[in-house]
Amino acid sequence: MDFHQRQKTDNIFRKIFKIAGLLIIGILGGIFLMLMYNSIAFFLHFKPADFLTDTQWNPGNTSHAEFGILPLLVSTCLVTAGAMILAIPLGICTAAFLSEFASKRLQTILKPIIEMLAAIPSVAIGFLGIVIVGPGIAKLFGIQSGLNALNGSVLLAIMSLPTIITVAEDAIHAVPLSYREGSYALGANRWATLFKITLPAALPGLIAAIMLGMGRALGETMTVLMATGNVAAFPKGFLNSVKTITATIAIEMGEVPYQTTHYFALFAIAAVLFIITLAVNLLGESAINKVRKFQ
Amino acid sequence: MTNNKKLSTEGLNLYFSEKHILKDVAIGIPQNKITALIGPSGCGKTTLLRTFNRLHDLLDYVKITGKVMIDDTNIYDPKISAVEIRKRIGMVFQKPNPFPKNIYDNIAYGLKVNNTDPYRIPQLVEQSLRESFLWDEVKDELKKPAIQLSGGQQQRLCIARAVALRPEVILMDEPCSALDPFSSLKIEDLIRELRKSYTVVIVTHNMQQAQRLSDYTAFMYLGQLIEFGTTKEIFNNPQHDLTKNYVTGHFG
Repeated sequence: MDFHQRQKTDNIFRKIFKIAGLLIIGILGGIFLMLMYNSIAFFLHFKPADFLTDTQWNPGNTSHAEFGILPLLVSTCLVTAGAMILAIPLGICTAAFLSEFASKRLQTILKPIIEMLAAIPSVAIGFLGIVIVGPGIAKLFGIQSGLNALNGSVLLAIMSLPTIITVAEDAIHAVPLSYREGSYALGANRWATLFKITLPAALPGLIAAIMLGMGRALGETMTVLMATGNVAAFPKGFLNSVKTITATIAIEMGEVPYQTTHYFALFAIAAVLFIITLAVNLLGESAINKVRKFQ
Repeated sequence: MTNNKKLSTEGLNLYFSEKHILKDVAIGIPQNKITALIGPSGCGKTTLLRTFNRLHDLLDYVKITGKVMIDDTNIYDPKISAVEIRKRIGMVFQKPNPFPKNIYDNIAYGLKVNNTDPYRIPQLVEQSLRESFLWDEVKDELKKPAIQLSGGQQQRLCIARAVALRPEVILMDEPCSALDPFSSLKIEDLIRELRKSYTVVIVTHNMQQAQRLSDYTAFMYLGQLIEFGTTKEIFNNPQHDLTKNYVTGHFG
């Protein structure tokens, strides 16, 4: 190939990669604009203040439809918080065990199994919730139906565990051996080294793991739709049925007439979800930067 | 050698899986002296150093036979925990490895894990920083991340961290190899100071450093201890041809 030809192919490939990069930005921007456009259409019909303060989500009431996001938002937050309370300690302890204590043999068995957990479709996890976890919860607490927030939290915890474990394990594994040796050489035992040196050093990665797991839990739709009972009312606790933002959109989008207030309302709650996930990511990002200063 | 032996080995053999790394090493390291371990790369000097504080325990493919003693205690006695040994034998590594914490916590950590009275920690941190000639440079910024110190300062911090625990022995694995000559000299001054209170064993590739610094020198080659004596004897009147070739730079 002569020089000009080489320069030409070089240029072509450069353009292809540039287009690929721009395409991603374009898609993200497009989704954002679509959400915003439809949300604005909604707020032309419905007062933003009512949207944020109304305590009822009752779009079917034709005479007086109510679109208060609060019960949905609280449901989403409750289920996600429950999932994280279960998944963060379990996930990080598993990651620490895998990286620091498990034998090579056990690692080669456990790691693929954990990754396989991520491959289970969310519908199948939903089945698990209806058939096993839900009835189990009902029996344990002596209530009629196990389709409630707790059920959703347990299932979401199961679903976010593989993400949290895999990312956290990588982060712990990446902590330089020299930190650990330094700690052992000072007479620290395994536990002190793990909790005071290795885990703090891995903190940026652990935060990333938690954020990714939380993103998964916030956005998960099918499982919570199947397992949480879908009652759009303020939950009083983990044993109440809830209807998350994602489940609401999935259930109602199929039935809603095109370009009605209700239709636009679903975009508005999707936009809120988008903003929450964005905020979670930014918070995680800033936490990571704060910790990085020490490394 | 009429000195008290602080550390000693007898018939020490060490294997990495099948590979024979240390071959029948017998050495007696005198108390309150600086002993240099020299020899070409791969001769086992770092491996020997790490047997003294049981750092090989972290690796499951290492097998050790023979005796390794500190005073009259067998370091590998199953009844003695590695933690106990490492309290008595501190270590400074080749590359400065401060923890990802601030300067103060880097030293306080070792004290905390060894159950030092919390009220005494600030005083001990200051004392060990003074002993490592670092206090005047960092006294106003003890909360600064240790990683922001220069390489030489980081290494002195690592020495301060080891000294804070008042060990009996300090092991040093090429502590100056990652530093510029000026920082190296500062560390050497510090090591000379340490001799007053500690037994120091230092691995070095730098012949001048070994001569400047150490009272005794051990020359190792291919996992064997070839010759051990006062630094003067080893450098001026080596008994063994291998030693002679190595210290005069005519090796290989």
